[in-house]
Amino acid sequence: MSEAIERPASGAPPWEYASAPESTDIVRLDDRYGLFIGGEFVEPKSGKWFATISPSTEETLAEVAEADVTDVALAVDAARDAAPAWRGLAPAERAKYVFRIARQLQERAREFAVLESMNGGKPIKESRDVDIPLAAAHFFYYAGWADKLEYAFPGRGTPEPVGVAGQIIPWNFPLLMAAWKLAPALAAGNTAVLKPAETTPLTALLLAEVIQEAELPPGVVNIVTGAGETGAALVDAQVDKIAFTGSTEVGKIIRRSTAGSGKRLTLELGGKAANIVFEDAPIDQAVEGVINGIFFNQGHVCCAGSRLLVQEPVFDALLGKLKDRLQTLRVGDPLDKNTDVGAINSRAQLEKIEELVESGVGEGAEIYQPECLLPERGFWFRPTLFTGVSQSHRIAREEIFGPVLSILTFRTVDEAVEKANNTPYGLSAGIWTEKGSRILHMAQRLRAGVVWANTFNRFDPASPFGGYKESGFGREGGLHGLEPYLTFDGGAP
Amino acid sequence: MTDRLDVRRTAKLYIGGAFPRSESGRSYEVTTHEGGPLAQVSLASRKDLREAVVAARGAFPAWSGATAYLRGQILYRVAEMMEGRRAQFESELADAGAADPARGVSATIDRWVWYAGWADKLAQVVGATNPVAGPYFNFTLPEPTGVVGVVAPGDQALLGLVSRVAPAIVGGNTTVVVASERSPLPAVSLAEVLATSDVPGGVVNILTGRTAELVPWLASHMDVNGLDVSGVPDELLTDTERAAAENVKRVHRAPDADPFDDAAQSPYEITAFTEFKTVWHPMGA
Amino acid sequence: MDGVSQAPEITPSPPVQPVASASEAARIVARATAVDAVGLEGRAADLATRSIKRDSKVWALELAIRCMDLTTLEGTDTTGKIVAMCAKAVRPDPLRPEVPSAGAVCLYPQLVPIAVEQLAGTGVAVASVAGGFPSGLGPLDARLREVADVAAAGADEIDIVLNRSLFLGGRYAEAFEELVAAREAAGSAHLKVILEAGELGSYDRVRQASMLAMAAGADFIKTSTGKIGVNATLPNALCMMEAARDFHRQTDRRVGVKVAGGVRRSKQAIQYLVLVHETLGPDWMAPELFRIGASSLLNDVLMQLEKERTGHYSGPDYFTVD
Repeated sequence: MSEAIERPASGAPPWEYASAPESTDIVRLDDRYGLFIGGEFVEPKSGKWFATISPSTEETLAEVAEADVTDVALAVDAARDAAPAWRGLAPAERAKYVFRIARQLQERAREFAVLESMNGGKPIKESRDVDIPLAAAHFFYYAGWADKLEYAFPGRGTPEPVGVAGQIIPWNFPLLMAAWKLAPALAAGNTAVLKPAETTPLTALLLAEVIQEAELPPGVVNIVTGAGETGAALVDAQVDKIAFTGSTEVGKIIRRSTAGSGKRLTLELGGKAANIVFEDAPIDQAVEGVINGIFFNQGHVCCAGSRLLVQEPVFDALLGKLKDRLQTLRVGDPLDKNTDVGAINSRAQLEKIEELVESGVGEGAEIYQPECLLPERGFWFRPTLFTGVSQSHRIAREEIFGPVLSILTFRTVDEAVEKANNTPYGLSAGIWTEKGSRILHMAQRLRAGVVWANTFNRFDPASPFGGYKESGFGREGGLHGLEPYLTFDGGAP
Repeated sequence: MTDRLDVRRTAKLYIGGAFPRSESGRSYEVTTHEGGPLAQVSLASRKDLREAVVAARGAFPAWSGATAYLRGQILYRVAEMMEGRRAQFESELADAGAADPARGVSATIDRWVWYAGWADKLAQVVGATNPVAGPYFNFTLPEPTGVVGVVAPGDQALLGLVSRVAPAIVGGNTTVVVASERSPLPAVSLAEVLATSDVPGGVVNILTGRTAELVPWLASHMDVNGLDVSGVPDELLTDTERAAAENVKRVHRAPDADPFDDAAQSPYEITAFTEFKTVWHPMGA
Repeated sequence: MDGVSQAPEITPSPPVQPVASASEAARIVARATAVDAVGLEGRAADLATRSIKRDSKVWALELAIRCMDLTTLEGTDTTGKIVAMCAKAVRPDPLRPEVPSAGAVCLYPQLVPIAVEQLAGTGVAVASVAGGFPSGLGPLDARLREVADVAAAGADEIDIVLNRSLFLGGRYAEAFEELVAAREAAGSAHLKVILEAGELGSYDRVRQASMLAMAAGADFIKTSTGKIGVNATLPNALCMMEAARDFHRQTDRRVGVKVAGGVRRSKQAIQYLVLVHETLGPDWMAPELFRIGASSLLNDVLMQLEKERTGHYSGPDYFTVD
């Protein structure tokens, strides 16, 4: 029997998006996870454990092991022991192992997506539609390279794996970053020790299960959880190569500590990308691109479009549309399918964002935030715009790594390029204009490793990604992403 | 207990994703390599071939327009399906006289996986951006040529067949295949695998029948863009190439290598049926 | 009739005036904002994944009915067919009187008098196509006369087509003038201008046509005639809604949006409502400013309403065909 359906008195419709929570039943969490070494979960020699939480509720999800120097050494030994057999496999067989991982990720996609949102705070629609499919795609793409390496670098000599790779990944795309690191390393014949971020270990540990299901030979992939000290131990360990994604500050530390060691190194660091909108841009799509550029994943994105450069004639119209659009952003439970902006990953990150935003206000920029109710528990920050920003403000120079957009204006192409390049960073940039020749002209002059034209935050395993200047060096994705994991007979490394 | 009578398969053509009999109503007897009776197989006519070309052309826009990633995924699934049907393929290879059917099937599946992995990489290896002497962005892209006719090798009825078909379709072409006349059953089983692997109907069409009867019609068809003559008997080759000249088909023959050898697989088997498009665009404020 | 959700009374209002002259038509087209197809389609696809709560879903389904132009545009439409359709429009579900009436019926000019008679006093409006629908390429005087005749016969709303021959030929001033003339001929009836978005060739063109039609005084812009291969699509509708949003910002005038053709399932209707809500806002969530031209959609909505009430899926046997 139908209940009385509440009808509006007049005017405002009772239109609400379903709190459409994705069920967490699909995820079965253990109380405690050991380190994944030599194909098995083992207790840490350190004897230490730490809790990992959900940043949207602050509740503890599980305990994970904290690897110390001894644990890291054991993991590296396991990788070293497994290396000859792995490198000695027929490449086509190696390929098939990696294809298996890709397929299993697809099969268990929903489980991974839910766990990623629980542990990291990002909206389920992002983990479901972006993170997990891309992670599977990376394994697929690189699987196909394993037995085709001779075509990748013509004339360079026989490609060989570098050996054992130590890989340290951040908390903003936990599983995807694991895929970006492991897929090319494995395809190229290396073995690996992976250190997930301190706050987001769980999807990496679930990946370990997939690796067991794929029957990857033990020791080919090892996973050591922990915090900064675990990472430092891995950097200093007997590995042949270090791959790091994280802050520029830590990247420099790693560069200094590997100096003179002969270890191969790639760094994917921070950014302060300019998203440049011209008067002739397709404005409504540009609004979507700007919004996506800074609020996707709560702005926890190294290549986020955190500086909006607007051509002055279209500033008022664009700002009006951005403010209206901000009102429609839904901030809340990451597991709600209608949520656009999830939780900030940790209290520490929230404090950094708050500090920088305060500095913005203090330095005289004008702040705008939509009204939205934030949950009591958990770490949250409202999507924020700053206008009246100049290049010298901290909010225009420092990476905030949060949902905060700094808006500046420009008049000419040259001015836009100059302002966009006026930063020690150089990871990405966005250009919005209908004029093709301008896109190419600017793409040529922007000092950034990734340039998006009339789009933003597009990623693909076939597309090389990486930075100029203090955003790091080396590329991930594409043919170029193989290079850091290979060495060549008789040619330059 | 009485012996159980088995249900025999009817071997039909594979056109547009469906399994019709030949419109001519004809079939022919296929024997084992020792001469014993094996099966009745549809004997395709020129009209069947015409319909197959129509189907291939119809399927071309969507197949070539799919992302390379998707084509790679679909081809990988074909390998999964083949692996599940190993036993059937091995038995057919044994009937055809293969010395080591298991090795043949394994090599076939691995070859298919190898080509599947090229879908989203080919452009990076054979494409280019070209540094022209002027303010222009200039890039070259590989594109599929269109409908490719494949005359499959008479022997190596599975590995040889797959070594021709996989490179033809991974880059986005659609195909009309004339199967081995004396050992068509692996091709029929391959058709059944394709039909269950998310490969859109019309991407691969397989005609069983008399090579000498079908090849002239395929070679002279004006809506076929490429022709793989690997299975054309020597005595027919000249006429075939001459007929293919009418609409300037791209003609290609398999490399002279042992099909089990790595030398028999190459991205240049893909580019044999690939066009290269070069685009210019000014760069200026 | 307390408790019955009524369709709105269409009260005749003074016809809106064009906001520009024909000589400005070319400039309106030239200045229309560019539309990036990939971005637009991505946004439409993203909005299509929204899900709405049970109570709101029922409200949305009932709104879809209230906003529906129950349509029949067949050469075989007879008096009997129209009489039956009008009855269905007034009371879609004979077993459930609380289900609201449709917003309007939409039919060919010859059948207008019958519908006017059947629907008198019910609150369901009579909408008629006119002006040489669907091609709109007959002699201009005949087309305008048809508009005037149908208005005189009592049609509350008139759906005409944009002259695509003129528009795609770049003869914007003439296309504009035709729309203004049709606006006048329609008198106090509401004018819907069909852009035929599926054959304009690009979203840029859809946006240009939207701006042109709104400037000429359209009360509604409508996606399609329903007579060609590509009818209402989420991206086309989104493009038109973005145009209507900007037109409102520029002129303070609210123009309605109608999606027509190919909307058969409740899920689609709700997706269009999501587009309206996210793009134009709550003000447009009403029959005055949003319509869906459909026929088989109605029964699908009734089935979904039944499922929300009873908790199990229903079947076509339980709903009248007309």
